[in-house]
Amino acid sequence: MKAPHSERQHIIKIIVLSVGVIFILRLFYLQIIDDKYKESANRNVFRYITEFPARGLVYDRNGKLMVYNEATYDLMVVPKDVKDLDTTELCRLIEITKEVFIKRLKKAKGYSSYVPSIFEREISKEMYGFLQEKLYRFPGFYVQARSLRKYPLSIAAHVLGYIGEVSPQKIMNDAYYKPGDYIGISGIEKSYEKELRGKKGLKIKMYDVYNREKGSFRNGMYDTVSVAGKDLITTIDADIQELGEKLMKNKRGSIVAIEPKTGEILAMVSSPTYDPNLLAGHDRSKNYLMLLQNTSEKPLFNRPLLAQYPPGSTFKLLNALVAQQMGVVNDNTRYPCSLGFHMGGVNVKCHAHASPCNLEQSIQHSCNSYYSYTLKAILEKSGYKTTREAFNTWRTIVLSFGLGKKFNDDLCNELSGNIPTAEYYDKLHGKNKWRALSIISLGIGQGEILLTPIQLANFAAIIANKGYYYIPHMVKKIGNEKTIDSRFTTKQIVKVDKKYFDIVLEGMSKSIEAGTGTGARLKNITMAGKTGTAQNPHGEDHSVFVLIAPVENPKIVISVLVENGGWGATWAVPIASLLVEKYLTGKIERVDLEKRISEGVVKY
Amino acid sequence: MREQKNIFQNIDWVATGLYMVLVLFGWINIYAAVFVEEHKNIFDFTQSYGKQMIWIACAIVISLIILMTDIKFFSTFSYPIYIILMLMLLAVLLVGNVTSGSKSWFLIGNFKLQPSEFAKFATCLALAKYLSALNIKIQDIRTKIITAFIIGLPVLLIFLQNDTGSALVYTAFIFVLYREGLSGNVLILGVLGIALFFLALLINQYIILGVLLAIALILFKYIRKRRKEITILVGSFIIIAGFVFSVNYIYENVLEEHQKGRIDVLLGKEVDLKGIGYNVNQSKIAIGSGGFIGKGFLQGTQTKYNFVPEQSTDFIFCTIGEEWGFVGSSIVIVLYVLLFLRIIMMAERQRSSYSRIYGYGVASILFFHFVINIAMTIGLAPVVGIPLPFISYGGSSLWAFTILLFVFIKQDANRLQLL
Repeated sequence: MKAPHSERQHIIKIIVLSVGVIFILRLFYLQIIDDKYKESANRNVFRYITEFPARGLVYDRNGKLMVYNEATYDLMVVPKDVKDLDTTELCRLIEITKEVFIKRLKKAKGYSSYVPSIFEREISKEMYGFLQEKLYRFPGFYVQARSLRKYPLSIAAHVLGYIGEVSPQKIMNDAYYKPGDYIGISGIEKSYEKELRGKKGLKIKMYDVYNREKGSFRNGMYDTVSVAGKDLITTIDADIQELGEKLMKNKRGSIVAIEPKTGEILAMVSSPTYDPNLLAGHDRSKNYLMLLQNTSEKPLFNRPLLAQYPPGSTFKLLNALVAQQMGVVNDNTRYPCSLGFHMGGVNVKCHAHASPCNLEQSIQHSCNSYYSYTLKAILEKSGYKTTREAFNTWRTIVLSFGLGKKFNDDLCNELSGNIPTAEYYDKLHGKNKWRALSIISLGIGQGEILLTPIQLANFAAIIANKGYYYIPHMVKKIGNEKTIDSRFTTKQIVKVDKKYFDIVLEGMSKSIEAGTGTGARLKNITMAGKTGTAQNPHGEDHSVFVLIAPVENPKIVISVLVENGGWGATWAVPIASLLVEKYLTGKIERVDLEKRISEGVVKY
Repeated sequence: MREQKNIFQNIDWVATGLYMVLVLFGWINIYAAVFVEEHKNIFDFTQSYGKQMIWIACAIVISLIILMTDIKFFSTFSYPIYIILMLMLLAVLLVGNVTSGSKSWFLIGNFKLQPSEFAKFATCLALAKYLSALNIKIQDIRTKIITAFIIGLPVLLIFLQNDTGSALVYTAFIFVLYREGLSGNVLILGVLGIALFFLALLINQYIILGVLLAIALILFKYIRKRRKEITILVGSFIIIAGFVFSVNYIYENVLEEHQKGRIDVLLGKEVDLKGIGYNVNQSKIAIGSGGFIGKGFLQGTQTKYNFVPEQSTDFIFCTIGEEWGFVGSSIVIVLYVLLFLRIIMMAERQRSSYSRIYGYGVASILFFHFVINIAMTIGLAPVVGIPLPFISYGGSSLWAFTILLFVFIKQDANRLQLL
């Protein structure tokens, strides 16, 4: 017997089945199609905690500490967790106004409600201690330790550079950086950023609904450990650098000292300079603005790399080398000088000295006339059909000295200087309408030629090495790595044969013994040098000097440029000489000279 | 007439097996939902999963007792059991303990007992007893009134306890009545009513009224213009219009703030994810984050770290969804559907209408719980606090569902004996 209405069981079964199907479809949508729930779940639970590695330390070539890290603390905020806040109390603790508080919180929220942002950076140790105890009363806020760069010697600001908050543009281009991160902005902080910064670590921590930490996600399976930055040993000799900065006080200009055998930069002074500590720490932006607005001194301007000057008489050395290489002069070649070079309406003045000079004497006396004749001889050399061809040969050899182009060194920002081209003269005088006499001032390093102080120092290194150089660089050793970048260990050979250097060096030695550079003389140390005067249309000429010591086994070459310093002998020569004394003997015996120079003021 | 040799003879092992799977799966999910490292042991009696294990052990004892009980006991004592439970519902109103806003618990030492869980079972017995009487026809108006009384009494008492969810469960008996011959229009009217209820809240009531009027006019064109039919048409128009207006009235004036809020969340009118919408949103996040195969046992974070409220009781399905993913939660749905179909099948094979009606009562109550509970966690129904049968944490509900089911399994086992 069938119960009445038993067919209705089917309707009921269909209802049950349809509910099951609806639920499974809904689950399919929630769990598989719609992704937003997974993200929300992660936002609920995960906090991504960045571990900032210690930035690498920087030492000088003798192991003296130049840059280290000091612990500092940032007050962080996670806007989502901020609630029941005693705003007034927090404002009082960190010494800001309520308006600032509201503005910052809004900004943090604008970035992300879930991700921590820096609320107040680099709070003092005292404030940190104070805050740490009361922090539990401010949900959503916590303190994150990070480090601050410190410069114990307060020197070499331009060399070391500084770090600062990474720009939004950089964040867009490089996924490594997140807002609030620090990055090297100039100097070796910038050029060795990758080595110094190390690698950030990321920990994924889980939190429950009451914001209590619940440990690592999957036992830290996805966590990464931070890797400390590598320490750098620079090529700088802190003593020389310090002395250089002292000697350049109240003068405008630069010093570059290089170890010629390696291309290692021993000192690089840009004056006026600033205390690098000014650009690290809480008042960084205020100080930066102050330095930037000092338009009369331009302390942020890195002169050794970015200032370009006519090399003046120092360039005669190069012409002496090129002329020998091209076979237009030799050690017996003599040219007359009658207080200058006078030909075809062109007059190049010279000072009174014995005439005519041979090559060696021409360097010793820095004869303008000799080098005007020399350049004329180069450009009118038989065998070349046009001046242009001869000029191009000259230029090719000149360029091989690392001039007119960038070194691609490790200092992140340099200028190329200028060695004019034939095309340039075509434009100036008409195509092929220019002759030797039109560009005769190239002979004495005036005219369109521009060199940076580091190029000048490197040029001196080439003379010291008699024909080769290594790209000047700043870093000797990176962490535990055995080698530095190969471009710094590749010998660059110039297009002048070794044998032609002897006579130039001889002339430069004479210049120290009995010429324009006698002020540099030192007991027991042989030196070769050349003064120069870079013409300055805006005022007193710039004083230039290059020095090589000791001549028989050069350990240091120096270029000194003192803007508006007048004759090389006044400032540039004694500065270079004192640096050589300090570097080669370890001390300064000419205390009075040191005192006079460092206290001297050169108006600019 | 066959004698039962042992208590397990003729037991429906499919239903029993499904029951056991769900109970055990519930237990390990309760463990996962409230898992803390300090109390790793699933048998730790200070934790809810340890307690649940005691409830499960008791439930086994209860089911064994039921299987050993004389088959005539429940049919004989249907009314007394009903009356006792109604008295308990009354008593709990006087001396009960208030938990989360509902006065529905007896506090006996450390132990809390919720009589409303057992009242479903009692009502089911009474209903089966009444409707299975020889001369009863559901079409009779007298029968309807008495049936409404049997069902309405516990509803009223539970409403007074302020436990709307448990009271709503009695709606489930509609299926039983339908099966026993109540006009199918009841189901259609029910669905229409629910649809109109939400429409009335979503759409301006005058627009609905306009649409209804248009439909009525079109119908008027096609029906035969007899007095009776015109009366029906006009009458139903007035009733429906009245319903639409009363929905808004009830919504505005009768429903409590949190009930309004839950309906608003469901309808998408309210999206305050930190306030009233928090539960449902977190529940969907937990389930949705499970993905295809889930995060793995004990790897869920949303429930364990308390983002989901009531994660071991009403929202236990979140843990299943999060840790076992689409695969696991679908399997649970399938298990339930199989259990319901099995119970219906078993009910249909009963020779006594008492057992059949009781069986349908069991299926309806379990099904209603299942629908409302899961629909709530996946955002298809407003939040109504009722447990998921066999899986949710809680002694009272587990025992009540066990008794409900095993009384039926017992009757089914003895179906050939009885008449």
